[in-house]
Amino acid sequence: MEFLQPATWSEALAMKAAKPEAVPIAGGTDLMVEINLDHRRPATIIDLTHIKELTEWGMDDGRLRIGAGVTYARIIDELGDRLPGLAMASRTVGSPQIRNRGTVGGNLGTASPAGDAHPPLLATEAIVELASTKGTRQVAANEFFAGPKKNAMRADELIAAFLVEPARGPQQFSKVGTRNAMVIAVCSLALAVDPKRKHVGIGIGSAGPTPIRAAEAETFIQEVLEEHRLWERHVHCEPSALKQFGELVAAAAKPIDDVRGTADYRRHALAVLARRTFRWAWDDYRKSK
Amino acid sequence: MNVSCTVNGRAQVAEGVWEGESLLYMLREHLGLYGSKNACEQGECGSCSVYLGGTLVCACLVLAGQAQGKEIITVEGLARGHGLHAVQDAFVEAGAVQCGFCTPGLVVATHDLLQRIPSPSDAQIREALAGNICRCTGYAKIIDAVNLAAGRSRS
Repeated sequence: MEFLQPATWSEALAMKAAKPEAVPIAGGTDLMVEINLDHRRPATIIDLTHIKELTEWGMDDGRLRIGAGVTYARIIDELGDRLPGLAMASRTVGSPQIRNRGTVGGNLGTASPAGDAHPPLLATEAIVELASTKGTRQVAANEFFAGPKKNAMRADELIAAFLVEPARGPQQFSKVGTRNAMVIAVCSLALAVDPKRKHVGIGIGSAGPTPIRAAEAETFIQEVLEEHRLWERHVHCEPSALKQFGELVAAAAKPIDDVRGTADYRRHALAVLARRTFRWAWDDYRKSK
Repeated sequence: MNVSCTVNGRAQVAEGVWEGESLLYMLREHLGLYGSKNACEQGECGSCSVYLGGTLVCACLVLAGQAQGKEIITVEGLARGHGLHAVQDAFVEAGAVQCGFCTPGLVVATHDLLQRIPSPSDAQIREALAGNICRCTGYAKIIDAVNLAAGRSRS
């Protein structure tokens, strides 16, 4: 096995271009498990923890640009006010030890359908920035996930950052699991309310081959809010509309039966999470007037 | 490969480290520090908790080469001199140790918690120790030990 430790981003991209089969490592919370348990023996590993840019974040043309190497712990501490949904999801990742090491970039690289960061990234229409020696390109989170543990990256690319607008309204995240910590989601849901665009974004986790954006449910609830002028009136929507909203979210999922839960349970739970997170977020919106 | 780092205040070189080795394996098998325990090898149990550059991590999830040039503190490095650290004393006194396998990791995680939050609430203790699994005690005495250590460092 070969261990490469680039000091700069351009060096890292050159190494990945020269050895497209090389596997990047940052926090190691996914890759080290595979190596320790002998499930994977990469010929070459590129350590990205010495690259300063990857650990930085800042504003970029109205969006937050967050380096792929920013840990969950730092997202909670430093970005909790600007990205409350992602921060909530980050708090459910593993344990303090895992959150101190694990990164959103790593979550995107692994592209597990159960990755906790993915639903909030979908709900907030985040963009993934990929880089290679040929240049950079941006891929919408919605188009990034290609299958179970598959994403839109080319072999010569590394994840540089993700871009997302700071929250303009309430955001929520909810996850079903057997404990409050150290749990891979049975299913999860993120919801983001944007009063300026009159938009409600919904991302579903762990209930399909990829994380899923519930587009029909988004359109439905936006129409309900518009039709009854709920944005202006700051009142709750009818329980019947909320019920239908939950059903549309459940219908967007493509769950299977597995060791963590059944498909039926996941669909049922997602409808509950959808209604619940919407009520929480809408309560916050109503109080904010 | 060789990995140079500072472990518990001493400059160390681990020689002949396999590139796919974890920091935990390097500490135990190359540097003879057996305090950090090897159990799950997947970050689930917290028995291998150490400080890497001042941050609490699972040593099993750090690739040994990533520790190059870094400062590591293991459970062996918490106490000054020959005595025990206050957190270790509290674990003994509260009866928070049974088989003892999880204890080093819990001691390091508690040390980290009390550095960040000197007077943690029960909820904060539970969140901070959620990644450290004990199969003997049922956690009540461990939480007692954290409260005991916190009370002493306040006084």
